[in-house]
Amino acid sequence: MSIWKYANPVKFLALSARVQPFAWAAAAIGIIVGLGWGFFATPDDFRQGSTIKIIYIHVPAAWIAINAWIMMLIASLIWLVRRHHVSALAAKAAAPVGLVMTVIGLVTGAVWGQPMWGTWWAWDPRLTSFLILFLFYLGYIALWEAVEDPDTAADLTSVLCLVGSVFALMSRYAVLFWSQGLHQGATLSLDKEENISDVFWQPLVLSIAGFTLLFLALVLYRTGTEIALRRTRALNVRLDKTT
Amino acid sequence: MIALLIRDLRLAFRAGGGFGLGLAFFLILVVLVPFSVGPQSALLSSIAPGVLWLGALLACLLSLDRLLALDFEDGTLDVLASAPLPLEAALAVKGFAHWITTGLPLVIAAPFLGVLLNLPPEGFGWLVISLMLGTPALSMIGCFGAALTVGIKRGGLLMSLLVLPLYVPTLIFGAEAARRGAIGMDVETPLFLLAGISLGSLALLPFAAAAALRMTIR
Repeated sequence: MSIWKYANPVKFLALSARVQPFAWAAAAIGIIVGLGWGFFATPDDFRQGSTIKIIYIHVPAAWIAINAWIMMLIASLIWLVRRHHVSALAAKAAAPVGLVMTVIGLVTGAVWGQPMWGTWWAWDPRLTSFLILFLFYLGYIALWEAVEDPDTAADLTSVLCLVGSVFALMSRYAVLFWSQGLHQGATLSLDKEENISDVFWQPLVLSIAGFTLLFLALVLYRTGTEIALRRTRALNVRLDKTT
Repeated sequence: MIALLIRDLRLAFRAGGGFGLGLAFFLILVVLVPFSVGPQSALLSSIAPGVLWLGALLACLLSLDRLLALDFEDGTLDVLASAPLPLEAALAVKGFAHWITTGLPLVIAAPFLGVLLNLPPEGFGWLVISLMLGTPALSMIGCFGAALTVGIKRGGLLMSLLVLPLYVPTLIFGAEAARRGAIGMDVETPLFLLAGISLGSLALLPFAAAAALRMTIR
């Protein structure tokens, strides 16, 4: 009994079919309760007013955006080392979800920043590194689309994911350096997790858990779709050979 | 390796169209900047280091598609892949040749274009030094991008999309070093970090590029 037996698509699909209903249900409960609690049952912040409620979407989306990339990195490594197709397909399936979450994080951040900072966008280190992450997602997805042979595509995107991770990390710290260099250390970003009272914290954690489960359910579902696509392609090739 | 380097340089010089093109692009870009932001000399001198760095970066990017594509089409890469020389070394040499034919001329031309943009006198030395340290990283990252997209038809635009985000740290540190030099601030920190990126790229990226290339031409 090891985790590697789920490298077999049939076993993976069987497990995924069993896990998915629970994941969807738990995700729905987490998001509905977390957001409902956060939106309707928490007081307004004494300084930020009701805009504090954006936190219940903004932080979970940003959390998923970063962790989706880390998951893709691990899946790419597994594909490069052990050549399990499910792993490569899971990485492919996670990328658009991560991209959408990045956009949600950026847009909710802009909507929140407008009343609070007086601007939709500032070249703050955090905002900038998220924008760079968005570009990395775009490049990754574009490379998957551009290469015709599926195995070559999986190889090339995995290498891109590895090298991209190094450069994304470097950009993260380069941006910190650059922005301090421009603004003399003045930064707009609030360290949200540290100075937050329990009233806001509890629904936030619930909401983060809900988003994480949603991500899990989406990736399982999309990986299943990718496997089905791969199978129809294989069947088509076989059909072409026999006729 | 030396034979490969000489062959690449010879091709770049004699085949025409490739060698001077990056330089001409750099010149035109720098000439266009005053047209777009206005001719005020104070404004120009404050943005000059950043514009020169961005121009050098784009000129570098423009010449990347011929780094491997021509050799891929005529089969040279297949020969190189089966040659006794490791593919990693071959790609490092090709990156180096790209730097000599593109990066080095840009470094030499940059101070002259700096005059056009009213770069402060203190800035010239640091601009050249920062470009000298940074352009090898641009060439090696570009070599990786070219290896990644060499098998893709019409991969030029895709390569820009992949390579430009990878250029971010180099650009930040390079332009920051040049900017600090121009206004007389301490340049050591960004310069060291820039050199670190270049050395790291030179040491590691040939392996990544060779891995990507093997996946395409196996």
